[in-house]
Amino acid sequence: MPSTGSGVRLTRRQFVAAGAIGGAGLAAGCHARNQGNWDFLNDAQARTLAALCDQIIPQDDFPSASQAGAVTYIDRQLARHYRRHRNTYRDGLEQAEAIGRTRFGQELAALPAPRQLEVVSALEHQNRTFFDLLRNHTFEGYYGTPRHGGNRDAVSWRMLGLATPLIRGRAQYDLRKGGAS
Amino acid sequence: MKRVNAVVVGAGAAGGIVAKELSMAGLSVVLLERGPWYTSNDCRKDDLRNQRTTVLGNAFGPEDDGNPRVVVDASGAAQTVLPSQGGYQNNAACVGGGTLSYGAMAWRYLPQDFRMRSTYGAPAGSSLEDWPISYDDLEPFYEKAEYEIGISGDDSGTPFKGARKRPLPMPPLAPNREFQILEPAARRLGLHPFHIPMFRNSVPYNGRGPCMRCRFCVGFACEVDAKNGSQNTVIPTALASGNCELRTGCMAKQVLTDDRGRARGVAYFDAQGHLVEQPSDIVVVSACAIESARLLLNSQSRLFPNGLGNGYDLVGRNLQGHHYTGAVGFFNFDTYDDVGPGASIAVSDYNHGTPGLAGGGMLANEFIRLPIQMVDRLPAGTLGWGLKHKQAMRDSYKRNIVIMGPTQPIPTANARVTLDPAVRDKWGMPVARISGNLHPHTFDIGLVQAQRAQAWLKEAGAETTVLSAGRPTMVSAGQHQAGTCRMGNDPQGSVVNRNCQLHDVDNVFVIDSSVHVTNGGFNPALTIMAIAYFASDALVRNWKGTEFRS
Repeated sequence: MPSTGSGVRLTRRQFVAAGAIGGAGLAAGCHARNQGNWDFLNDAQARTLAALCDQIIPQDDFPSASQAGAVTYIDRQLARHYRRHRNTYRDGLEQAEAIGRTRFGQELAALPAPRQLEVVSALEHQNRTFFDLLRNHTFEGYYGTPRHGGNRDAVSWRMLGLATPLIRGRAQYDLRKGGAS
Repeated sequence: MKRVNAVVVGAGAAGGIVAKELSMAGLSVVLLERGPWYTSNDCRKDDLRNQRTTVLGNAFGPEDDGNPRVVVDASGAAQTVLPSQGGYQNNAACVGGGTLSYGAMAWRYLPQDFRMRSTYGAPAGSSLEDWPISYDDLEPFYEKAEYEIGISGDDSGTPFKGARKRPLPMPPLAPNREFQILEPAARRLGLHPFHIPMFRNSVPYNGRGPCMRCRFCVGFACEVDAKNGSQNTVIPTALASGNCELRTGCMAKQVLTDDRGRARGVAYFDAQGHLVEQPSDIVVVSACAIESARLLLNSQSRLFPNGLGNGYDLVGRNLQGHHYTGAVGFFNFDTYDDVGPGASIAVSDYNHGTPGLAGGGMLANEFIRLPIQMVDRLPAGTLGWGLKHKQAMRDSYKRNIVIMGPTQPIPTANARVTLDPAVRDKWGMPVARISGNLHPHTFDIGLVQAQRAQAWLKEAGAETTVLSAGRPTMVSAGQHQAGTCRMGNDPQGSVVNRNCQLHDVDNVFVIDSSVHVTNGGFNPALTIMAIAYFASDALVRNWKGTEFRS
């Protein structure tokens, strides 16, 4: 990563503030080659997906799914290992927008959070296949390794209190104790 | 191609040992492995792409392209599945096989595990049988595996075990926090807890260092090579003998037979995809339960129209694995100490002896749960997504203990591997078709085991618990797959004899978990290895120079 690499510690407040400015800004910082473009999604689809992901994992004291890069993760995998799910995503995102417009007459990303939540709940019942993918993939993009574009700066691991990066070799110093501290 | 004494198909837990034993005894050996030789550099601690979590693919093979299987569900509907999907029942396809990335528990089965039918009688509808060999037959070979592969642990705390002549070669790893919480609780319940035996260096052994206790263990190749499998023990020894050639990227097509009905070698697709023939005096099939059965079934000829060793329609039947059940307990204090591998303590009190139950299984605490593995293991009533789920992850991640165990499966003949009539792999060969289920009594036992796990967690102070005990509608084989080429004394009731030699063809051997008559209430790796040493020993003793005559 460029200047805001993992060596620089942001406080939680700073991180949330940065996140609040917008997921797109962070994405550009981390993956310059995207520059607002995506491997598979178009910009409108990415906005819809971010709104959906952020209901699966909303922001609180810690970043939301999209702030942590879940959309980047899903987009990359739709161009790679999840190619087989492309149609489900295309249709599912379209359906989510349709539900939002029918009920509230607005683009999903522009709706207030409680209304977005209603849309996602409706989606859970109307398109279970897509919803299950969305849920699982969002979790992967939030709680999985940062290597694939999600869990930016290992933010979820820090949230859970896991030492990151992994402490290696700590057991090597006293072999008489059976390798443990 | 130059004729060799033996072709071994599959460089996993068993194949590696067979290759070493034969080559050290002076036989020339070709060891075929369909996958590559991975190291920990190829896996890189990817929690989304490893042996346990395969959402982004299998880290240790086979790859998703061109290696399908067909799975038939309880309703009879057939579905084509990819290697990284659960129904595929994948083990691995690489040098070391499952032993490169396993959790590495190293269990001896109990003496009763070899006499399940005599002990309990066969439940109606099951194919429960005794083994033709006993624990005492295998004991010296268990010991050999423990010392050659390398095992740490200490089972002196339990009376529920077969006699052993030597203690384990390495002491256990120092107890982690879960061990310290669970051990006194088990004693209060009158149980006999002990340190799980593991294929893992706790002290320097075999020229390699000890475990560094990281959190990425089960499902990953070890970064410091402290986890012991065939890839860092017997296979290097076999290669160093000068008598063994390892050919990776080579997929066996069929065991070739001559017009007298004896094997003459193996046809395989090499790494470039060319079909070649390797002539040999004997053939050893060690491809693991599903693929070994498939290879025999695919080895059709005029004399063996239904495949090799399959004169009585037995190859592929009695497929089993383990039915895992248990419980998660949630505590009001931190249980997580980030000291791997995590699994540390077990009891064998429940493997046998419960009235009304034909067996049981060991119970042990789970390996470290990475965050992605916790998202569906939160307290009962937690919403599946949203803010509450995120909060529950935060509240529970470091405050839970999982106790699970492999219930000894009661096999049935209808849980089986056949050849799919339509679907082919990338080499054009019919793929494995998996159907059927374990005997339902297995699931009754599993439920009792889960309740026992729950009681242990509550005694240890868990505030709430969640039971995990399903009634799956399909056989769960996966990395513990076994049983498809059962050993026995009766040529009409089994595929191989006690020395793992086909009843039908005396120079073909099946040496891997396929020969397990029953699969114990334990992880099977050490038993697979002990049988590999046992069968290799018999093979070498019966070897007459250039030909095999039993």
